[in-house]
Amino acid sequence: MSDTVKTDPTGITIEIVYRGIFQKTLAQRICRSVVLAARKRGYTGTAFGRYGDSPERNGVPAKYFAVVAINDLELEASMAKYEPSVVDIAVAVDDTLVKGVESWAWYGRQPIWKPVHEGGAVLVTSDKTPEDVLAQTDTAERPYLLGVVPGLASFAGLWVFKDDHTDYRVLGALAKVVPQWVRIEDVKALIQEQTKDGSAVASAQDGYERTQLRQVKVGEGTPDHEVLQFDKPGWTTMRPGVIVDARKPGERNPYYKKYGARTLRPVVNFDTCIKCTMCWLDCPDECFEVTPEGHYEVVYEACIGCGICAQVCPVKDCIVMVDELKFEDNDDKWQMWKTDHDAYNRWFEQKSGVSADPKKVAVASSRAENAAPGANPTTAGGED
Amino acid sequence: MAVEVREKQPSDVETEQLATGCEAIAEAIRLADVDVMAAYPIRPYDGVMQAAAKLIANGKMDVEYIVADGEHSQFEIVKHACAVGSRVFVGSSGVGWFYAMEAIAVTAGLRLPVVAICGNRALDDPGAFGCEHNDALAVRDLGWLLCWAETAQESLDFALTAWRVGEDKRVSLPVAIGLDGAFLTHSQQIVKIPTQSAVNSFLPKFDLGDRLLHPDNPITIAPQVDQDWLMEIRMQNDQAMRKALEVIAEAHADFKRLFGRGGENPYLDEYMTDDAEVVFIGQGTLSLPMKVAIRKLRKEGHKVGLVRLKWFRPFATADVVKSLSRFKAVGVIDRDYSFGSPFYGGVLYNEIRSAMYSVEKRPTIVGFIAALGGREIEQPMAREMFDKLTAAASGGLRSGDITHWIGVRN
Repeated sequence: MSDTVKTDPTGITIEIVYRGIFQKTLAQRICRSVVLAARKRGYTGTAFGRYGDSPERNGVPAKYFAVVAINDLELEASMAKYEPSVVDIAVAVDDTLVKGVESWAWYGRQPIWKPVHEGGAVLVTSDKTPEDVLAQTDTAERPYLLGVVPGLASFAGLWVFKDDHTDYRVLGALAKVVPQWVRIEDVKALIQEQTKDGSAVASAQDGYERTQLRQVKVGEGTPDHEVLQFDKPGWTTMRPGVIVDARKPGERNPYYKKYGARTLRPVVNFDTCIKCTMCWLDCPDECFEVTPEGHYEVVYEACIGCGICAQVCPVKDCIVMVDELKFEDNDDKWQMWKTDHDAYNRWFEQKSGVSADPKKVAVASSRAENAAPGANPTTAGGED
Repeated sequence: MAVEVREKQPSDVETEQLATGCEAIAEAIRLADVDVMAAYPIRPYDGVMQAAAKLIANGKMDVEYIVADGEHSQFEIVKHACAVGSRVFVGSSGVGWFYAMEAIAVTAGLRLPVVAICGNRALDDPGAFGCEHNDALAVRDLGWLLCWAETAQESLDFALTAWRVGEDKRVSLPVAIGLDGAFLTHSQQIVKIPTQSAVNSFLPKFDLGDRLLHPDNPITIAPQVDQDWLMEIRMQNDQAMRKALEVIAEAHADFKRLFGRGGENPYLDEYMTDDAEVVFIGQGTLSLPMKVAIRKLRKEGHKVGLVRLKWFRPFATADVVKSLSRFKAVGVIDRDYSFGSPFYGGVLYNEIRSAMYSVEKRPTIVGFIAALGGREIEQPMAREMFDKLTAAASGGLRSGDITHWIGVRN
């Protein structure tokens, strides 16, 4: 199989899957540059965000699109749309998005490769290997090309763009897999014009050269992710007067779970928990359930990973935020602690990188390496 | 004394931008040298606010930018600014447009050429952002000129045309430009930004003449009247709206000469209609997927075309009749509703049907309510409409077949 993507001769469609609000400008910049680079050779194009998204909501997956076409006539087929039904390339600018995209705009949860046609590509910015990324990606139903653009997820603060060259590296990677539409020389010329910065141009070349490609066959990936798919009601089955049933007290929303917004998840050391209620009180999504002993366990299906619990917890390392890609499921962990205390603590230490024993200092691997609260813009700054 | 050699200003060179419909409108505000714009955020219109604010912040535009406390004040501000001789811009969307409705209504009565965009948005409830035309259509009876753009380029072009036509003394009426929410307001397309000098030769300075509200010209605007006065005032508005048709045609001809754009007809665009037996007619961006559908149908040998109505007010009755009477059947696509109207049809449907009444050999006219709330026109929907239209053309219309809702889940 080829390391480039075969596309329709009349145009190409690329989607950027990003996390609102921290990556909105990043996604927009990549899409605009794709069109402007293609314009250099006389092609036309359009760039647009998915209108139904709510890209101002922290961490919620959203999409931005770039369509390039050989002329205005061919472009018409891609206009007046919210999102293309089929794309040549999906780019995830945060690797935790490969666990599935449950966005504000889309009813349900979709695999990252869902709109990518057979033989298309999924590019992921990540510091992990293609194997590690694939291990957390939904089982492939069609073969596709997986590319890992080396680097950490670029998260800017609210409304601020973090100029860490992620956009240039992604453009370089795109030039690698669709050279017929995104030429590296056009990308570099565009970046030079826009930035007059040789290091920015070099970053595009870096993305072009260092992107690791791996062919994904049907059946590869993980089957363990939860499927969320729903039918929409018709006019004869809807209640009149714009009414929907409310959730009963204590019941969580089964249609919109939001955990796809999570890049870090809190893990709890129940041994050191002093049952102070702070996490339970301050959690903006009411994710904590009270256990019979008065501990607070996280309902991971509802947790968006904002990190506020870890911030308000008065006990050091009692709640630790850990990279979401280290977890396969959303299972309740308090039961595990209850039935096999030592196994739970080993699990806690392995995931969090900190000791479960309050008397000990941090175990071998440091917290900074495993848990990266600074990577989450909602909690960044608290300790700096 | 040394002669200062000025470099050619960027605005003297036609440039190209990747811009949304809203950003294209902001460029038009800059090029028209607007004096006052009033803003209040509501999606999708607010893209213009942001783009205009950016132009000001970057030192590219000088305009009095007033953020109002709500849409009603927003439209009042520009109305008053216009009365004292300012070229003005304003806009809103959906329920925001409706909140401003009192100010919108009086602006037309006062013959003040305010230029507004309506970033088309479904009316709440439920809260929705998608495109429906009912917001802008609410001004259809009030004396506002009303047009719909198809692309970001046309948004800019229509805005420049709007000031020229609205401010023309023969018209002196406000103009609203419909921009389909999302599809046009928020999608970036390649837009040609004309030169300042070309714009200057197209768009004269705004001059209210002896209607200028100024201490040197003592006048009272809008005193109270009794039943002896209003009919004559309404008659003036009616006459101005009649005049607007020819002023639009003049502006269109000039625009084409200066910028090389604007199509054949000032009021409507025809696509693949030369030998067409049946055509669709609609407004705004729904033409884009319909053109794709028509090319497909043509490949299969069907003689089908599209008419895109650009100006809804004034309604170019003669041109519309001349165009549509050539066809066997006409399918009117309404991105709007008019509950309880004749045949439960859309607004455009009943306008077209009324216009065609006097034609001796009337085409069969079928109404389609489609793409409400911003729903996309997908290719199967276009096919369904075509099938229904051709069936009506060959079999005649039964009363239950006149209006069809397309793409509704049961």
